[in-house]
Amino acid sequence: MLEKIYKAQSLMNSACESLGRQINIMEVCGTHTVSIFRSGIRSTLPKGVKLLSGPGCPVCVTDQGYIDTVLALAERSDCLIATYGDMIRVPGSSGSLETKQSSANIKIVLSSEDALQLAKDNPEKTIVFVAVGFETTAPATAVAVQEAAAKSIDNFCVLSGHKLVVPAMRALLSGKNDKIDAFLCPGHVSVIIGFGAFAEIVEGFGRPCVVAGFEPMQIIEGLGEICRQLAKGFAELKSIYTAVVTEEGNTTAQKIIAECFEPADGYWRGLGKIEKSTLKLKDKYSRFDALNRFNITETPGKEIKGCRCGEVLCGLIEPPECKLFAKSCRPDSAVGPCMVSSEGACAAWFKYGDAKRTG
Amino acid sequence: MCLAIPARIVELEGDNAVVDAMGNRYRAKTTLLPETKLGDLVLVHAGFAISLVDEEEAKKTWQLLAEISDFDETPNKVSG
Repeated sequence: MLEKIYKAQSLMNSACESLGRQINIMEVCGTHTVSIFRSGIRSTLPKGVKLLSGPGCPVCVTDQGYIDTVLALAERSDCLIATYGDMIRVPGSSGSLETKQSSANIKIVLSSEDALQLAKDNPEKTIVFVAVGFETTAPATAVAVQEAAAKSIDNFCVLSGHKLVVPAMRALLSGKNDKIDAFLCPGHVSVIIGFGAFAEIVEGFGRPCVVAGFEPMQIIEGLGEICRQLAKGFAELKSIYTAVVTEEGNTTAQKIIAECFEPADGYWRGLGKIEKSTLKLKDKYSRFDALNRFNITETPGKEIKGCRCGEVLCGLIEPPECKLFAKSCRPDSAVGPCMVSSEGACAAWFKYGDAKRTG
Repeated sequence: MCLAIPARIVELEGDNAVVDAMGNRYRAKTTLLPETKLGDLVLVHAGFAISLVDEEEAKKTWQLLAEISDFDETPNKVSG
């Protein structure tokens, strides 16, 4: 194990020497963020290697407008909101689902199947499934929609907040933050989309993309591989998470996503509107689309005053640079989504970071 | 949120499975992994098996899960 660590460190040192400037590597996965902080990897890196936490936590990148739509639907007595627990504390313009939970029409579910079961059990209500997550979670929603269609479970609908990882990486490099030198790509998103999906980032932008698992050793090896490429001045697609990630991914899941959804332009917190970056239900399933069912037009929400989650998500600042960090914004009284989610960069900094905290 | 949990398929009927992860049993669907058999180790995310996984890798992930998060909290979270 030590041998692997020394090897990665030597690759990182060579890259720093060869580039002669700071190297910025972005991880695009909330689980990587937590694992990196928890294991203390940051403190073992050469000074010239900086890790940035990108838009890899679905809760964090969900636009305020989406949360407000969910909150508005939660007010309706004819609706039952089915949501993953991750979303429950995310603040909208006024309150969160947690603050409205007393109204009893909010249920936490572990899967889309549970949401569908709620529809069967509550025929007098319309179940709105709060469908968030990247490509790992989207197929589960698609299966539920197909089942609802096949069994005519018409009191089920989906508010799709599903997002695609690669368009966000593209948007970052195309304007928001072109200082990113390479990406440590998400492990379980890649189980579905395959590591081949990152080819356009490697080929179009010349940035190394390396898929790694979540154990600290995988992450260190991934960083080493990225630095090996940077030192030699080339960019390559690579997966070191060979136990579960293949180049083509889970084609059954991809097919089910493609049957149900189509890519659509959509809003991301911090990144704004990104072309073809969200998943919208196809016309043939439009009756299960909550936007159609309730005649809602999604509008981008206003950012929370003083909150700099948007810049954090783009890797432009580190959480302690936000004036609210660890002061009015703390895990138990979070202002922004990156502090609400346990996988958010701000929560990770707060819990494990070396920032000096008051109080 | 995109962390999948390794689990063993202990019951399987059609695409409805019961899986066991670190002694916790829960329902999962195998729709996205049609080749799955009883006894297989799979990665489960949001109630769906998404990939086969070998014993060694599963053990590593279980260990990581036990370390990084309170597994007991999972009933409220997809992130594990």
